[in-house]
Amino acid sequence: MKARVLWLQSGGCGGCSMSLLCADTPDLYATLDDAGIELLWHPSLSLAGGEELLALLGRCLRGEQAVDVLCVEGALLRGPHGSGRFHELAGSGRPMLDWVRDLAGVARHVVAVGSCAAWGGISAGGPNPTDAVGLQYEGAEPGGALGRDFRARGGLPVVNVAGCPTHPDWVIETLALLARDALDGAALDALARPRFYADQLVHHGCTRNEFYEFKASAEKPSDLGCLMEHMGCKGTQAHGDCNIRAWNGAGSCTRGGYACISCTEPGFEDPGHPFHMTPKIAGIPIGLPTDMPKAWFVALASLSKSATPARVRHNAVADHAVLPPAIKPTVRRGR
Amino acid sequence: MSEAARRSRRLVVGPFNRVEGDLEVRLDIADGAVRKAWVNSPMYRGFEQILPGRDPFDALVYVPRICGICSVSQSLAAADALAQLSGVRMPDNGRHALNLMAGVENAADHLTHFYLFFMPDFAREAYAARDWHAEVQARYAAGAGARARTALAARQRWFTIVGLLGGKWPHTQSVQPGGSSRAVDASERLRLRALVREFRRYLERETFGDALEAVLALDTPAALRRWQAAAPASDLRLFLDIADDLDLPALGRGPGRYLSYGAYPQPDATLPLAAGFYDGGLQPLDLARVAEDLASSHYAGDAPCHPWLGETQPQLDKPGAYSWSKAPRYGGAVLETGALARAVVSGDALLCADAAAAGGNVRNRVLARLLELARLAVWAERWVDALEPGAPFFAVSRRGLQDGRAVGAHEAARGALGHWLEVRDGRIARYQIVAPTTWNFSPRDARGQPGALEAALAGTPVGAAETTPVAVQHVVRSFDPCMVCTVH
Repeated sequence: MKARVLWLQSGGCGGCSMSLLCADTPDLYATLDDAGIELLWHPSLSLAGGEELLALLGRCLRGEQAVDVLCVEGALLRGPHGSGRFHELAGSGRPMLDWVRDLAGVARHVVAVGSCAAWGGISAGGPNPTDAVGLQYEGAEPGGALGRDFRARGGLPVVNVAGCPTHPDWVIETLALLARDALDGAALDALARPRFYADQLVHHGCTRNEFYEFKASAEKPSDLGCLMEHMGCKGTQAHGDCNIRAWNGAGSCTRGGYACISCTEPGFEDPGHPFHMTPKIAGIPIGLPTDMPKAWFVALASLSKSATPARVRHNAVADHAVLPPAIKPTVRRGR
Repeated sequence: MSEAARRSRRLVVGPFNRVEGDLEVRLDIADGAVRKAWVNSPMYRGFEQILPGRDPFDALVYVPRICGICSVSQSLAAADALAQLSGVRMPDNGRHALNLMAGVENAADHLTHFYLFFMPDFAREAYAARDWHAEVQARYAAGAGARARTALAARQRWFTIVGLLGGKWPHTQSVQPGGSSRAVDASERLRLRALVREFRRYLERETFGDALEAVLALDTPAALRRWQAAAPASDLRLFLDIADDLDLPALGRGPGRYLSYGAYPQPDATLPLAAGFYDGGLQPLDLARVAEDLASSHYAGDAPCHPWLGETQPQLDKPGAYSWSKAPRYGGAVLETGALARAVVSGDALLCADAAAAGGNVRNRVLARLLELARLAVWAERWVDALEPGAPFFAVSRRGLQDGRAVGAHEAARGALGHWLEVRDGRIARYQIVAPTTWNFSPRDARGQPGALEAALAGTPVGAAETTPVAVQHVVRSFDPCMVCTVH
């Protein structure tokens, strides 16, 4: 039995779908099929449009077509004045907000694809002119378009595959788990994100870890050093396996030379400081690594700074390794 | 019911899929053809209200997220504007790395458009009687076609170039005013080269069925005809055959005016794809002639405004308004932008001849994209070879960012993209974005001039029983619309 997936887009950039199409496979359709995923409709991949789609949505609402998973990509726009009319689904004259609320009521599971659909995300940035919210969160506050108490027919709250964009595997594996009835409440973290990717920190597997250990920091874009002290990096706090499960081949934000902006976390769009600069008090970054006591961080940082090897110190502020590691025997000889 | 009333009807077509974002088209149909069309972008997103007040560098996080499909282009436009205000000149390596990312994205967009968005419509049952229908179904049927599968696989591999240069796609932040935040070493340069070559081989095997240089050497419509007659059964060949059979050059006539901001600036400041405005003859680009009209748009205000004065205040119930897209005009004129416009402005011999003979149309818009795809694969190799490992990829601004105004202009896959940035007291004071599809899919202006698509739809045949007219689909998708950019 396949999980029949209906995928709708609203207030967002479509980038999570575009990212999905970058899934690392020689045959995406086969991968979806093998994962037990049947796309009832997807904006980029389906033939049907116009009346054909509206008819399909009607069948779903009347229960003539089962929807195992409703995926929503993009925030829900409640404005202006609560009318939802900042996005009316084309051809229907009806706010997308209303379509989503109704369809969520008939779906076995509801998945928020991306941080806009999960929390509001970039779409809710600054003054939030469209009154954008996530499906079940408004920033970090439960609520959103469907309300705090919403549970899909299958019993789960909205599953938040947060990220901006989402990694293709996060989406495919979430859908595959749902297709196998293998995603239960215990598999979701406190923000209803699948724990298979959200129980990691972006810091885990970061290629800059030696620089982090010695607090040898990058000072400008393209420097190899750790991005936490000056460049705004939140990899030690942000949940996600971005440096373990590589992006587009072997990439990640930190491997691309720029800071993690914690795009999987609610409210990341308004960090309260410029994204590219680390806010500090008395020279100490405000955002310390998750689970680390401040006094210990300060003590270890000053100790490790004084122990920094010249190689690490020099390379941290260069765009390529100026000094290679010393070569020393790693086996015991002569016995 | 009168005979005339029977023959005429109104149709609302939407939602359109296989475009980026949501789109609705209202049609006034008489005697089996579209008489008038109204194009509605039914969503508002608010970036021009979100950006003011922020740190100018925050734009590098926000603007790529305007668009999940032309994300790098948005970043480039912002970085360009910020570079002007910082007085920084990026090192040659930075230039090449950014051009590579932009070229990879634009080529991927053309590939995605052709295989996933445009061609599946020919697999519709409406064409079941055509000779080519079975072949088209086998190759491009939505969710199943063999060539769509290999195109997706090739696209995935191609985007690993951005994975290396930009960490991820979409929404990289390695695009910086001072260059790229990701230096490339000698071994990585080899890897990039291998990836570019791999993509070329794919294109030569499936898309073109010929050496890219041979395809790019076709410089007259007659030369293309001869090639078509002799070519193996490549996707380009099949498309040209379908275009002949369905007379696609007669569909979707554009305004005959073309805009390009120019693309892929080289270290010596030359532009491999030229900037300019073409209206029967080529004119130098003059950004002072750009103005956005709001007469049919759900925004407060009436008089057409240059982006330096542009405001974005939503007003849902504004009388006469029917779209969330503004209506940009160039010296008051409607124009078309995209790969065809770039080719015409750059003086491409084949496409200039084609456009002179039959205007912008469904066939030559798609052809222009495919030829640009070939060109980008060739250029990408050159740009990889131009990278100098060890030399800098990023330059620091000596004086830092200063208050002022700057325009970041770039060519996204879909055409001319401009960011008008004003910084005051170290904060963004105004950020006006005029995106390619805002040009192509604009609503009517105060003078009643329909936008480019609205005009191009007039005359499109509609069958008596059709509710989602297939020819209308071809015309709409021939522009490769991106609605999420349009309603930023």
